[in-house]
This record gives sequence, structure tokens and C-alpha cells, in this order.
Amino acid sequence: MNFKNLKLNLSNKNKDLIPQILTVVFLILIVIYFTINAQSNMGNRGISFGFGFLSQESSFDITFSLIDYDGSHTYARAFLVGLLNTILVSAIGIFFATILGVTIGIARLSQNYLVAKSAEWYVEIFRNIPLILQIFFWYFAALRALPLTVDSINFYDISFLNVKGWYVPKFVWTNFSIFIYSIIFAFILIYFLAKYAQNQRDKFGKQIPTLYISILLIIGLPFLTFLIGGVSLSFEIPELTQLSKTVYVYRGGVSIIPELISLALALSMYTATFIAENVRAGILGVSKGQKEAAASIGLTKGQILKLVVMPQALRIIIPPTTNQYLNLTKNSSLAAAIAYPDIVLVFAGTALMQTGRAIEIISITMLTYLSLSLSISVFMNWYNKKMAIKEK
Amino acid sequence: MNLSILKSDKKNLNSFIAVGSTLIFIGFIDIILSSFFSTNITSFLPDKISYLTPLLFGLFGLYLIRIEFSGNKLLDKVNTNFNSSNFNALLTLLVIFSLIKYIPPLLNWFVFDANFAGNTKEDCTSGGACWVFVKVWLNRFVYGLYPDSEQWRINTAFITLFLLVGGSFFVPARFKKYIIIFLLFIYPIIGLKLISGGDFGLKYVETGAWGGLSLTFIVSAFALILCFPIGTILALGRRSKLPAIRYTSIGFIELWRGVPLITVLFMSAVMFPMFLPDGTYVDKLIRVLIAITLFEAAYMAEVVRGGLQALPKGQYEAAKSLGMGYWKMHFLIILPQALKLVIPGIANTFLALVKDTPLIFVVGLLELAGMVNLAKTNPKWLGMAMEGYVFAGLVFWVICYVMSRYSQNLEKKLKTER
Repeated sequence: MNFKNLKLNLSNKNKDLIPQILTVVFLILIVIYFTINAQSNMGNRGISFGFGFLSQESSFDITFSLIDYDGSHTYARAFLVGLLNTILVSAIGIFFATILGVTIGIARLSQNYLVAKSAEWYVEIFRNIPLILQIFFWYFAALRALPLTVDSINFYDISFLNVKGWYVPKFVWTNFSIFIYSIIFAFILIYFLAKYAQNQRDKFGKQIPTLYISILLIIGLPFLTFLIGGVSLSFEIPELTQLSKTVYVYRGGVSIIPELISLALALSMYTATFIAENVRAGILGVSKGQKEAAASIGLTKGQILKLVVMPQALRIIIPPTTNQYLNLTKNSSLAAAIAYPDIVLVFAGTALMQTGRAIEIISITMLTYLSLSLSISVFMNWYNKKMAIKEK
Repeated sequence: MNLSILKSDKKNLNSFIAVGSTLIFIGFIDIILSSFFSTNITSFLPDKISYLTPLLFGLFGLYLIRIEFSGNKLLDKVNTNFNSSNFNALLTLLVIFSLIKYIPPLLNWFVFDANFAGNTKEDCTSGGACWVFVKVWLNRFVYGLYPDSEQWRINTAFITLFLLVGGSFFVPARFKKYIIIFLLFIYPIIGLKLISGGDFGLKYVETGAWGGLSLTFIVSAFALILCFPIGTILALGRRSKLPAIRYTSIGFIELWRGVPLITVLFMSAVMFPMFLPDGTYVDKLIRVLIAITLFEAAYMAEVVRGGLQALPKGQYEAAKSLGMGYWKMHFLIILPQALKLVIPGIANTFLALVKDTPLIFVVGLLELAGMVNLAKTNPKWLGMAMEGYVFAGLVFWVICYVMSRYSQNLEKKLKTER
């Protein structure tokens, strides 16, 4: 037998195989070890692994819910309530963080010394304080200092802010679906209009004022439904009602609970600092020559921004900003600290406490976040690809 | 009507400056009077217009003094930096006016009306911040529930650490290596033993009593030291040619990066004990440290991977051509260069780690923010939330600001070095 040959063989193929096999075996061993322990632990406590509990009655209430829910509904429904609340606060947070972040990012580049400095200090202050402290501050300190229900801060008699929350008018629609269809229809029209305009521009060099027509469509079509589609909108304004000698409440309208306000405030103000830095880096990343070249072929300032700077800056801005959106969504789990009923508080908190099913519930919660994260990153990758430079 | 008389130009420079500055001055007088002396000099106007008069005066004044290339250096500087267009003028005025309006009340609350003397809530009478609260609770904010008589142990541990770190800058280069190895591998054990006690005649202090700012430092320092090697190995794994190792690393990294830290901490608190043999008890602090370490290791792995990818391929090829194997190549050639590249990234991860430590309240460990939460619910000190959070925020802000400044400087320095 030729030992030399064997050794050579080992060094080429098996050298790659051995660490891999070791890794896999190690993983499998850990899983087996954990499973055995978990089984014996659950056996001791008289519970068995399974997701059947999801269809049981939850018998706990949730303070804030977007869908119909009370204690008689199932755990699965409670999970859904928590998930929707998480999505709600993330969506609000992302919306305001983007607006605030873009504004501050642009303000940091302002020629105006005062504006640039204030924007810089905003970023330095809010970026360097832990998010959880900011949430605590808004919830326990700032919003608790609001007046009682009786002396609410009054915004033009339609909306009221007090220590119990913010009361805003409720939209009462008739034939709401027709209204929505008209908006969808407007978007479809705009899509075709944009295609047509692009075609005209490429072929004949004609400029069609797409933006103005689009704005007209998106306002005009839904407006038409009011006139001829039988759609109508009325507002239910919250009203102060006296329950007893000292107890007042607002009836009607929509009440936005202080937990949601403070969470959305803190999330958007904190994340805005990071988005602002991304925006700033993106705009700075577009080389000066591009702007000068655009100016030299006679584009106006607005055109330079829209056609030359922004498309290039967006390419730099979007990937890190996606990351910030993801972070915001994950950070919304801090809701649990101030008892905003998000998925962590409702499901990994209350439901877990009641059922004792730690493994199932924590896995579901983590998987939910994982899929939220993955879906946002898949969407953003797609968008990135669309925005990427198409080199010929 | 011909408005061209209002268009400022160089010819009547002095008169424009005189009229413009007078108007701006009136605007300032108006806002100062209305915010400090609550007198409104334009009260004869309708409410809403009178509210806006300082702005209008200021805007018009700034419009008049907007003269390009006036030859007056100060004026030119003002115009380019604060007054380049009507919009910029408006922004300038808004910023200055809101500073005038809101900074003094804030300062009053913070310093001038604040209470520093006394020992109880009742000593706070002047309406400003009640810093007595912070003064009384300061010991708890720093040391948590650690017994007073034993606090010298925490002090000793931290002072030794600072001395060692500071000393490592001054000793000759050949001893530096040993000090760093000592700091990374041996000192953590000594420090931990000193604080937890139990042997050498030191009283045992259970981890539940640890807390406050010192716990923030302990958790973040340990998590950083531990997550660094794990993160490096994961980064190497992710770039490995071997599929089983690569996919394991990717899965591990993406799993931790996809979930929020709070669920990981929940997991360590309620799910992790289920996976251990019945009756094993792992200390709360250890469980938290494991959770945070694994979580941060995933982020660290991505930072290190960035450094590995930034290295030119020639470095790998040169190392291989010298006959180096995988480990030799990475430890002697690749990692030293890659890690140097990502020092700012490591600093940023550490920053994020420090900002994440308050989350350990979910398992019942109270560092600074948690101690404030505890203190403000004390019946004797109700209503002190604002002072507590402002204090905690300030402390965290100073720590994080200094660190971020340091990492920015480092980034600049490393950029110029290359």
C-alpha cells in the first residue's frame, strides 16, 4: 500500500470534509442535547410540545387593538393583534423618521450656519442617548406632564391632547370601497401615463407635464367620487362627557394612547438621526463635477437636483436607510417596557405567562421578527436592483 | 407702484444697512420683550399678526441688507452664512427666535431655579429641577443595590482597569503585548472575582444586587471581550469555501441580526433554562452575558467581514505562495490588517452595545436606567421621573458622545494613514 498517496488524498479531499462533518455533528449533538432536556423539563411540568394552544381562548384583554378583540378570542388572534400593533408603530415611525431624517440631513448641508449647526446638534444629542431612555422620558416624564382630561389642550375644537392620550376625529365613510377603487384606478392611470410620457420623450423629444397631470388625477378622481359616486365623509369629533362629579372622559373619535405616541416619537426621533447621516453622506457622495456638468448644459437648479443629484444620491442612501428601517422595526419591541401592546408584550409577555409555553411562544415571536426583517430586506434589495446603475 | 426703490443696492449702502438693522433690532426687541417681560409692543394689531411681527420686521430688515459684494466684510459674511435668500433669512430668524424663547426657561429649570440643597423631596420648593433626588440616589445609580461597605471592591476593580489601560499607552512596545493579553484574558476573571467575592475573605455579593452604572460597564466590557473572538470566527466562517461551515455561519449571523435584542433576552430568561438539564441553575447575569454576546457577535462578524473583504486579494495570494496554511495565513497576515481596517466599526459596535445595556431590565437586572425606574417609583420620591431620566440621559450621552468622537477621529486618522 502506498501511504504517501493516502496522505495526499487526505490532504486534498478529506481535509475539506472533516471540519464540515465535525461542524454538522456538533450542531446535531447540541440539538439532540437540547431536545432531550426540553422534553424531560416539559414532561416534569406536565406540558407537551405543540401549537394547539393557539386555538384556545386567551381570556386576557389588550388595551389597544386595531381589530376586534377581547378575552374570548384565541391566542392566535391575540398574536395577530400584537403583530398589527407592531406593524402600526413601525409604519408610523418609519414615516416620520424618513421625513424628519431627510429634512435634517439636508439641513446639515445648508449654507445657513445656524441651520446646519442646529441640525448637527440634533443628531449628536438624539443619537447618543439610548433609545429606551428616550422612550421612558417621553412616556414617564413628558407625556405624564400633560393636563388632565378636563383641561385638555384644545386644537381648534376638533382634537384634544391630555394625559390619557390624544383624541382625534374619526372619519366616517359611506361607500368607502368606491373611494379606494378610485385611488387605485388613479394610480393605474398614472402608471400608464408615465409610460406614455417616457415613450413620447424618447421617440419625439416631447415633454409631458407628468407630475401635474398625476397630481390632478390623484386628487381629481377621488374628488369625483364624492360628487357622483355617492361617497361621503363626515367626522365624529370627540366630546367631553362627565361620568361622575370628578370623572371626565372623551367619547367618540379615535383615541391615540400615550404609549403609542411616546413610542412613535422616540422611535422616529432616534432613527431620524441615522437617516439624516445617510442622506448627508449620500448627497455629499455625488461628485461636484456632476453638478457642474449639469449646470453647464443649462439645467436649472431644480432639474439638477431632480435629474442628476437625487438619482445618484438615492443609490448611496437607500441601502443603509433600509437597515435603519429594519432597526426601527426591531426597536419597536422596546414597546414592552412601557406596556404598549406589541407582539413582545402581548405574546412573549402575557400569553407566555398564562400558558407557560416558553419554547413555542419565543420561537414564534423570533420567527415573526425574522420574517419581517427578511421581507423588508427582500423588498429593498429588489428596489436597489431597480435603482442600480444600468451599465451598457 | 414701483417697488424698485426697495431693492437694495450698493449705492445707498449705508442707508439700507441703517434701516435694515433697525428693523431687525425692532424684531429682536419685540421677541425679547414678549418672552421675558410679557409685554407686547404690537398689541394694537390683531392677535395672529402681532404674533408674527418680530418675524416680519426681521425678514424685511434682512431683505434690505442683502447686498452682494458690498465691500463690507462683516455684512458679506452675514449675508453668505445667514442671509443668502429669503428662505434662509426666515430659517435664521426662526432658529434665533426659538433659541431666545426656549433656552432661558430650560436653563432656569436646569440650573437657576433648580434645587441642590437638602435631603428630601420637600426641600425642592423653587419649581425648577429637583437635583436633590439625584444627589440622594447617586450611590444607587452608580452601584445599584451593592452593599455600601463593599463598594470599594467595585472602585478598585475599575480604577485598576483604568490604570492598566492608561499604563499600556506608556510602557515600551514589547511589554504592551503582555499587558493587552493580561487585560483581555486574565484581568476579567480577577475583576469578576473581586466584585462577586465569595473567596479570599471577601463577602459574596449575589449578581441580583449588582446594578447601576457599574453594571452597564461590566456588561458591555465583558460582552465586547467575549463577542470579539466569536465574531471573528463567524466572519471567517462566512467567507469559508466549505459549504457546511459557510451556511452554518450565515444562518447564525442572520438569525441574530434579524431579531431584536429584547426577544433574545426573553429567550435567555425563559426559554434557555428549558434546554438545560433539570435543576441546573445558571446565574441571571451569566445568561444575560451569553445572550448579549451571541447577539453582538453576529454584528461584530459583519464588521470583521467588511475588513476581510476590503483587503486586496494579493495579500491572500502572497501568504499562500509562502506556503502558509489557512490558520497561519489568517492569523499572521489577514486578520491583523483586516482588524486594523475596521477599528472604527468595532468602536461603533461597542457604542451600540453600551446603548443596548439598559434592556437587561427585562430579566430584572437594573443598570442605570433601571435604577432610575426603581427610584422614581419610591413613594418618597414620586414625580421625579423627569430629573431621573434627564440625569441618566446626560450620563449616557457623555459616554456615547466621547466614544463616537473618538471613533470618528480614529476613522480620520486611519484614512490618512492608508
